[in-house]
Amino acid sequence: MSSLPAARTAELPTWERDKIIKSPGTRYFLLALIVFYLILTAFTLEIDWGRIASGIPRAGRMFSGMIPPDLSRLQLMLNGVLESVQMALAASLFGMILAVPIGICGASNLVPRPVYFVGRSIIILTRTFHEIIIAIFFVKIFGFGPLAGVLTLIVAGTSFIAKMVAEDIENLPPGHLDAIRATGAGFFKLLLYCVAPQILPRYLGVSIYRLDANIRHSTVVGIVGAGGIGQTLAATFSRYDYNFSCTILIAIVALVFFGEIVSSWIRSYLR
Amino acid sequence: MLELKNISKEYPKGPKALDNVSFRVDKPQVVAIIGPSGAGKSTLIRCINRLVEPSNGQVLLGETDIVSLNKKELRKMRRRIGMIFQEYNLVERLTVMENVLSGRLGYVSLWKAYRRKFPPQDIRDAFELLERVGLSGTQNSRADALSGGQRQRVGIARAVIQAPDLLLVDEPTASLDPKTSRQIMRILVELAHERHTPTLINIHDVSLAQTFSDRIIGLCDGSVVFDGPSSQLNAEVLTRIYGEEDWSTTIRKDDDESRSKQERGQKDVRGEAAAG
Repeated sequence: MSSLPAARTAELPTWERDKIIKSPGTRYFLLALIVFYLILTAFTLEIDWGRIASGIPRAGRMFSGMIPPDLSRLQLMLNGVLESVQMALAASLFGMILAVPIGICGASNLVPRPVYFVGRSIIILTRTFHEIIIAIFFVKIFGFGPLAGVLTLIVAGTSFIAKMVAEDIENLPPGHLDAIRATGAGFFKLLLYCVAPQILPRYLGVSIYRLDANIRHSTVVGIVGAGGIGQTLAATFSRYDYNFSCTILIAIVALVFFGEIVSSWIRSYLR
Repeated sequence: MLELKNISKEYPKGPKALDNVSFRVDKPQVVAIIGPSGAGKSTLIRCINRLVEPSNGQVLLGETDIVSLNKKELRKMRRRIGMIFQEYNLVERLTVMENVLSGRLGYVSLWKAYRRKFPPQDIRDAFELLERVGLSGTQNSRADALSGGQRQRVGIARAVIQAPDLLLVDEPTASLDPKTSRQIMRILVELAHERHTPTLINIHDVSLAQTFSDRIIGLCDGSVVFDGPSSQLNAEVLTRIYGEEDWSTTIRKDDDESRSKQERGQKDVRGEAAAG
């Protein structure tokens, strides 16, 4: 112990955290590669500076064309907004219901392997395609209008909530399931007395979030003709009716804002 | 009552977890299973109610071989076997009462279970058991509002309300402080004796095992290396189970002391429970 002060003054040890890529050569090589790629892209992308130059005044004309917002057709706008909200509500409700069985099928700790693969496949397949692509399909099948939009949002919402449900179930502590199984309870009693109470708050939270997301998405799917305020918006753009576009954009902002407030209010209440 | 015949368990990877384990429990007694971590204690106890499927052998409860039962028969059989866990494994978002009553799930219809309509005698039993384990008045608390000791009491009530023919207890005290551990062991052992329920307890703590059990089974590397009355536990036996160590401070010295403790326990349980 007496030698310690002496050793302390003699030489201080150094310590450095290990770098993620240990060899400095590799590190600098990768850095150089990224820089080289950026330069290469800038040269090969063939950015047409002329187009950018002519686009700027056009943007100016468009935005100035939006002022003042056209308030003479509020009824038309309100109809669109209402349709969007109805689409979002209906889709959320159906999504919530459909997501439960699919989510349970997608939980590996609860169902036999083959069922699990079917459940997961449904979730993965429906998640693969963006809402817009699904909406195009449904518009082709069922024609223009809110039906296609609602179906799109049901598919997307179901798969989103189902994925959350499946993962929440898989994250349940195995001991909880064992304890209820050990009492002689079967599959459905296990669902009632262990799975349901433990995942319910998250499930409701995710569903409310999805309602909020559906309101946003309902404005988007309209652009490919699947109903709602988005369809009205797309129509105004194609007619260069920018004053009315502006009114609709403001309405969408208000709508999304409103959805956000409602959903965060409900979610804080759930906690 | 319970007989294990040549139970073996091999996991897909790794060595044999259990190797030809056989023993009989033919009277209502408390059997402590001791052994080092990884000796197969948890696997052994789970092979009995088939939360883990044994690779080989028979488990006879009465006349029935549990290993050969199909799914439906196994569910019926599990109603007769109560289980208590180290991590309590209560469903945290359910109330204490729901957790206790879940021990009766095997006996009610799905619809009644959903509406929480358990038979009145189950509810009476639940109230009685809550009082017995020292948790009167907590029936509406959520399980996650309880302390560790209190949760384990609920776990005990859930297992005992099954009116089981066999109690399996997996490390009941490993997450508890020493005082609470003794209280929990005392409640367990008293209930087992009162109800004449044969009880298997996996336990790390050798002196707790010795104090509270009638019989000790020593497990090492998946094999039974000791099986005898708790009083026969000595340094030589412990070395056989755990390996070389100075055991002189572990083994119970004063039998009178622990016996009087058991007697006193009867009165203490209710008073101490509120604190635990």
